Amino acid sequence: MSIRVEQISKSFSAYPALAGVSLTISDGEFVALLGPSGSGKTTLLRILAGLETAESGQVWFGERNVTADSPSSRGIGFVFQHYALFGHMTVAKNVAFGLDVMSRRARPSATDIRARVEQLLELVQLPGLGARYPSQLSGGQRQRVALARALARQPRILLLDEPFGALDAKVRRELRDALRKIHDDLGLTSIFVTHDQEEAFALADRVAVLNQGHLEQFATPEEIQASPASEFVTKFLG
Amino acid sequence: MTRAGLREPAAVKALLILAALAYVAAMLLLPLGAVLYEAFLRGMGAWWAAIRDPDAKASIWLTLVVAAVSVPLNTMFGLAAAWAIAKFDFRGKTALITLIEIPFSVSPVVSGLVFVLIFGAQGWFGPWLDRHDVHIIFALPGLILATVFVTFPFVARQLIPLMASQGRSDEEAALTLGASGWQTFWRITLPNIRFGLLYGVLLCNARAMGEFGAVSVVSGHIRGETNTMPLQVEALYNDYDFVAAFAVASLLALLALVTLTLKSALEWRYRGALSARH
Amino acid sequence: MSRAFPRRSSRLPGFGLSLGITILWLSLIVLIPLSAVFLKSGSDGWHSFSSAAFSSRALAAYRLSFGAAAMAAAINCVFGLLVAWVLVRYDFAGRRLLSALIDLPFALPTAVAGIALTALYADTGIIGRIVEPAGLPIAYRPAGVVVALTFIGLPFVVRTVEPVLADASSEVEEAALTLGATRIQTFSRVILPSIGPALATGFALAFARGAGEYGSVIFIAGNVPFKSEIAPLLIVTQLEEYNYAGAAAIACVMLLISFALLLLLNMLQHWQQRRGG
Repeated sequence: MSIRVEQISKSFSAYPALAGVSLTISDGEFVALLGPSGSGKTTLLRILAGLETAESGQVWFGERNVTADSPSSRGIGFVFQHYALFGHMTVAKNVAFGLDVMSRRARPSATDIRARVEQLLELVQLPGLGARYPSQLSGGQRQRVALARALARQPRILLLDEPFGALDAKVRRELRDALRKIHDDLGLTSIFVTHDQEEAFALADRVAVLNQGHLEQFATPEEIQASPASEFVTKFLG
Repeated sequence: MTRAGLREPAAVKALLILAALAYVAAMLLLPLGAVLYEAFLRGMGAWWAAIRDPDAKASIWLTLVVAAVSVPLNTMFGLAAAWAIAKFDFRGKTALITLIEIPFSVSPVVSGLVFVLIFGAQGWFGPWLDRHDVHIIFALPGLILATVFVTFPFVARQLIPLMASQGRSDEEAALTLGASGWQTFWRITLPNIRFGLLYGVLLCNARAMGEFGAVSVVSGHIRGETNTMPLQVEALYNDYDFVAAFAVASLLALLALVTLTLKSALEWRYRGALSARH
Repeated sequence: MSRAFPRRSSRLPGFGLSLGITILWLSLIVLIPLSAVFLKSGSDGWHSFSSAAFSSRALAAYRLSFGAAAMAAAINCVFGLLVAWVLVRYDFAGRRLLSALIDLPFALPTAVAGIALTALYADTGIIGRIVEPAGLPIAYRPAGVVVALTFIGLPFVVRTVEPVLADASSEVEEAALTLGATRIQTFSRVILPSIGPALATGFALAFARGAGEYGSVIFIAGNVPFKSEIAPLLIVTQLEEYNYAGAAAIACVMLLISFALLLLLNMLQHWQQRRGG
């Protein structure tokens, strides 16, 4: 599913978080939104998800204008920085949540839901942990559950907000590779937010560098390194 | 913080707010209003006369005396308990804290009963007290004992988590600089806990002055002698002297409002210094 | 001086003194007096104890005290949740005032609450004037007890639920939203279960307080034995008849139930901490 963002602007009180950002993402791309804190990258991601509304501009998923759509109807999967798992539910119930809340007509049978949960747990390499509670899992395991949960409804677009921010370096690397593999296998269009340049360059097909609400450059890692588009980009790359 | 995508529709939000306000108005404001209305039903003159009645004045005085004795006693206890529990490690701490909090879960009537069982005519010391003409039940000492029981945990329960979260390093630093135990306590510990202490004392006092069930059991209901303000309210009410009853009650209601105001002020300005830091 | 409780890591002074004062005062004021209840109630043997503690009049009193306390606590759970929700999640004019007012039942002397509520709900009162002719009298009946206990218990649920609601991260709600849940589904499947332990704790606290309540209830209850007599009043009546053992027996039953509730509350705290993760 391709994504087109046209002239998105948003401010919080007097502070402009995003100022007229536009970009186009192709179907199946893995894109990183990179920048320092306050650059607007998380705001942009949340606008794509429908968790924030832009003051002006449009968002298109494929041929559909989703600017006014709620998060539940956009067909996205969202992974939060601090996992946001439901503490009172087992892992299996967490993963199944998106299916359990479907309307009676659209909902798969209980057996199908169980099978799907198994399949997703296999996908994120946590087979058999369905009966555990989130409080019994490590950080890396929780993030995998969050990923499985986000994929349950077979979204075409996957959005991740600093997904590895709360994890240590080794776990980070493992999850990074796992994420890329899942993206490729499922043919998703993925966008993730990070302030870690190494991570962005290692994972993404293209990187969007943001600074104080402006899009500085949107290109492949090689292009950015070869010809940085502005002084900020040069300084940020160090 | 509510984010834009999450808020309930404005209509639902307004409805919920109105429902909550209506409920609180009906459950809390109406009774408060009733006290004031009934107290001033016959005008300022009648109100003032009721307050200046000798029995009413005696009850006010008695209430003040009981509070003036019980609150400092339980404050000292609270400080001692918090010092022992917060600044040292020993086994049985949790059990001790649970025991200290027992009076909170005991019915006020039972709280008074226990002292009747010990000092009453048929109690453990009844005959001995009678022989020596010492009066505890149906006299001031009984009122104080019952009040001390019901207000027992207030200061301790406020100070224990506060002092525990403040740790020992300040005190230990003072010791290394040559201060004695008492100096450390006065100059270092007390200033650190002053707002939590004030808060605990405020709540302790409100309960001490307002206690009814426990003092009712140990008091002889002797007007002018063993009636605190709440008991005087009951006596006047049972005599069908409603205006006088509500007049005395209005003073207690005023006390409650002052307590609430001070409580809110303390909470608002000194949130971090009142209870354990998260 | 031998130390019964070895101090492991602290070298601050005053341990012996402070612990000594604590235990002494605790024993004198709380533990020994409470033991008087148990000793006195058992002093005449089991038969005398049980005929006082479980007489039909006593059983009727327990039914009223605990039944009304349970109903009042349940009402407070519903409306307490509403008030806590509104206080935590919305901002509106008068919010701080509302929050300060919630503690009124804590601060107001029970006798004052008692006569005020009676004035409102008696047939001459503002509310009584409406409900009595409508066939739903409240004052001088068990219903009055429920109303008084609802007043008393109001702050408990609000204050135990508030911090849990406030701490709940919005991320979890947003996650439910991105997974397709409607607002009602999010509330019933995600938010409500997560504050379950806090609600249960608030219920238990309000219940415990209500069961032993005296001052705010005796004016509005009918105080008719077997029909509208609360257990604490029965104790007072026994005392006035110089039946110390009988009064102690009933007090004994009430104390045991209070302690059981304390235990339950401790377990609820543990449950809540495990969930919090």
